[in-house]
Amino acid sequence: MKLEDLRKIRERAAKELTLRTGKARVKVIVGMGTSGIAAGARDVLAAFLDEIGKRDLSEVIVTQSGERGLASAEPVVEVHEEGKPTVVYGNVTPEAARRIVAEHIVNGNPVAEYVIEVRE
Amino acid sequence: MPKRIDVLICGGAACLSSHSDEVRAAIVREIEAHGLGKEVRVVETGCMGPCELGPVMVVYPDGAFYIRVSPQDAREIVEEHFLKGRPVQRLLWETPEARRIIEERKQVPFFAKQKKVVLANCGLIDPENIEEYIAADGYTALGKVLTEMSPQEVVEEIAASGLRGRGGAGFPTGRKWKFVADAPGSVKYVVCNGDEGDPGAFMDRSLLEGDPHAVIEGMTIAAYAVGASRGYIYVRAEYPLAIKRLKIATTAARGMGLLGEDILETGFSFDIELRMGAGAFVCGEETALIASIEGKRGQPRPRPPYPAVQGLFERPTLINNVETFGNIRHIILNGADWFRSIGTEASPGTKVFALSGKVINTGLVEVPMGTTLRELIFGIGGGIPDGKEFKAVQTGGPSGGCIPAEHLDTPIDYESLQALGAIMGSGGVIVMDEDNCMVNLARFFLEFTASESCGQCVPCRVGLPAMLEILERISRGAGRPDDLDRLEQLAETVQRASLCGLGQTAPNPVLSTLRYFREEYEEHIREGRCRAKVCTALVRYWIDPEACRGCDQCRRACPVEAISGTPGKPPYVIDEGMCVRCGTCREVCPFSAIEILDRR
Ligand SMILES: Cc1cc2nc3c(=O)[nH]c(=O)nc-3n(C[C@H](O)[C@H](O)[C@H](O)COP(=O)(O)O)c2cc1C
Repeated sequence: MKLEDLRKIRERAAKELTLRTGKARVKVIVGMGTSGIAAGARDVLAAFLDEIGKRDLSEVIVTQSGERGLASAEPVVEVHEEGKPTVVYGNVTPEAARRIVAEHIVNGNPVAEYVIEVRE
Repeated sequence: MPKRIDVLICGGAACLSSHSDEVRAAIVREIEAHGLGKEVRVVETGCMGPCELGPVMVVYPDGAFYIRVSPQDAREIVEEHFLKGRPVQRLLWETPEARRIIEERKQVPFFAKQKKVVLANCGLIDPENIEEYIAADGYTALGKVLTEMSPQEVVEEIAASGLRGRGGAGFPTGRKWKFVADAPGSVKYVVCNGDEGDPGAFMDRSLLEGDPHAVIEGMTIAAYAVGASRGYIYVRAEYPLAIKRLKIATTAARGMGLLGEDILETGFSFDIELRMGAGAFVCGEETALIASIEGKRGQPRPRPPYPAVQGLFERPTLINNVETFGNIRHIILNGADWFRSIGTEASPGTKVFALSGKVINTGLVEVPMGTTLRELIFGIGGGIPDGKEFKAVQTGGPSGGCIPAEHLDTPIDYESLQALGAIMGSGGVIVMDEDNCMVNLARFFLEFTASESCGQCVPCRVGLPAMLEILERISRGAGRPDDLDRLEQLAETVQRASLCGLGQTAPNPVLSTLRYFREEYEEHIREGRCRAKVCTALVRYWIDPEACRGCDQCRRACPVEAISGTPGKPPYVIDEGMCVRCGTCREVCPFSAIEILDRR
């Protein structure tokens, strides 16, 4: 192994540590309260993880939160991005989740039809 | 697929002994049962520090810190937290003062006041996975050294950092490296001292268990700097987990070309062998340790010649402590100036301490040098439990010294501790409260060093037992008026005339307690009184007739049938002639009716 090989291993392995080191640029929070789960939040969460994995995005972490009170809009998903307003999505489906990854997280354009709130 | 949760379960020796492995198995089972296997990763890490709260675990990215987790808690944690995002409040770490639930690991004062450099990876990465170490910039310092720096430049960088040996004496590391580098000869060795003989200490064990590659990388950099191609890690056999992880780590590093022949294809070769020690305290002394690796009896020999000139197999040998090696990669990566920005002018960097005794948060802590004893004990340690009064702190283990309350604001560095008659030692810190007897403490440590003396030189072999005899006499209440002077004279002789550091430092606990707590010794001798009520020959147990209810518990518990009385007909009485003062009755009495009084 040469020094370049070590660098490559480090870059690949570093992604695995993003959760612990807090070096994430984007944080996706899926509401996983009882009503969220009933409305299909588990599949939404799995879709996020799958899409992020396929695109090999480092610096993005997916996490979950409890009930936010907005039962009618579940599954609710928040996208927190460094230096940008937080975007809250409602009635998210697995397909919507994949679009949020592609359009919002990768290209920087929030998916308007699902946005229910923007917080500074 | 990326993970959304990392569960870090402490696999340090203390947590393992409270069955963290069963907790881990239960968590893994529940994760599978809930179909979360692809989303949640479970990692066993090295020691996280707060050992008395184990088994402990941290859940990222939230940073929720769970303590005293049992296998029965696994389902609730997985369902509530991992699935629904609601941390299980009852298992989160509370501070004893505030009883307030603190969710973020970084907000726990135990961690907030520490500065983790050497221990940065401990509790964060999987020590059995070399890729996680590499992800945390592992082996980058080695790469830098081998491709960008000459051996002389490495020595100069370490010298410029001001790093001093963490094994006890605080010898400047850069200077030691230069001696070995300059020593004539083509065969040289690098030895890592992982003997850790101080019975209360576990800093080195924790680093070896929690981040073994950091020590291997430090040794390899040292080998390049001094021109060695073979190294030995001497670990005590009582550290099976450290040995196992070192074996895994050296094998993995070798497999990736980071250890062994032609490291990183730069032409530099270095390999490491493990050597197990039988656990004698004296084997931590460098010349004894070298003899032990050579297969001889682990006895010190006079220096000079120093190991740097004539060490292992008569060759120039660099010997450093585990924690010293643990600092190396950080200095190479961040520079000597960065290292000097931490700690004090004469003692730069951090130091790892094992905090134990009468303190609320016991465990492993890392602080910048120059932190005061007060901050360490009352800030990070959380103070003294049960509202008791702080009395003294022993630093440096059995060869260290005892420091009283008036010096709590002393900064922790080599010179300040030495000026107080204590030493940094390897980093053991034992806190004592009003219930500790200083005579008994000195006796306890001296008993240890006297029994660990190798017997080679007369001052240590004969002097320490003679001192012990006087101390035993004093604790029995049979002390003589001139005993303290005799004790001091003996102590000074042993200190001066012993061959190695064991004898030279063994009198420290006696001398420091005599210096700060002389009146306690005098009370023992003149009044036959032990104010802490520890020396059993000087106390008696007494049942307060007002408080006794005649419940009969003490009578039944007494192992020598020294208590008499009739159930329901208080008071009970203790026959002082028969009583062995074991204290069992006092522990079982539900009415706190049993008191310890002065014998006389
Ligand atoms: C009785 C005795 C026990 C010692 N035990 C240890 C030990 O357990 N670990 C250690 O690193 N150094 C120990 N030392 C110090 C070593 O002799 C040596 O100074 C040290 O390993 C050098 O490494 P350093 O410069 O990195 O501190 C001991 C010394 C004496 C006199």
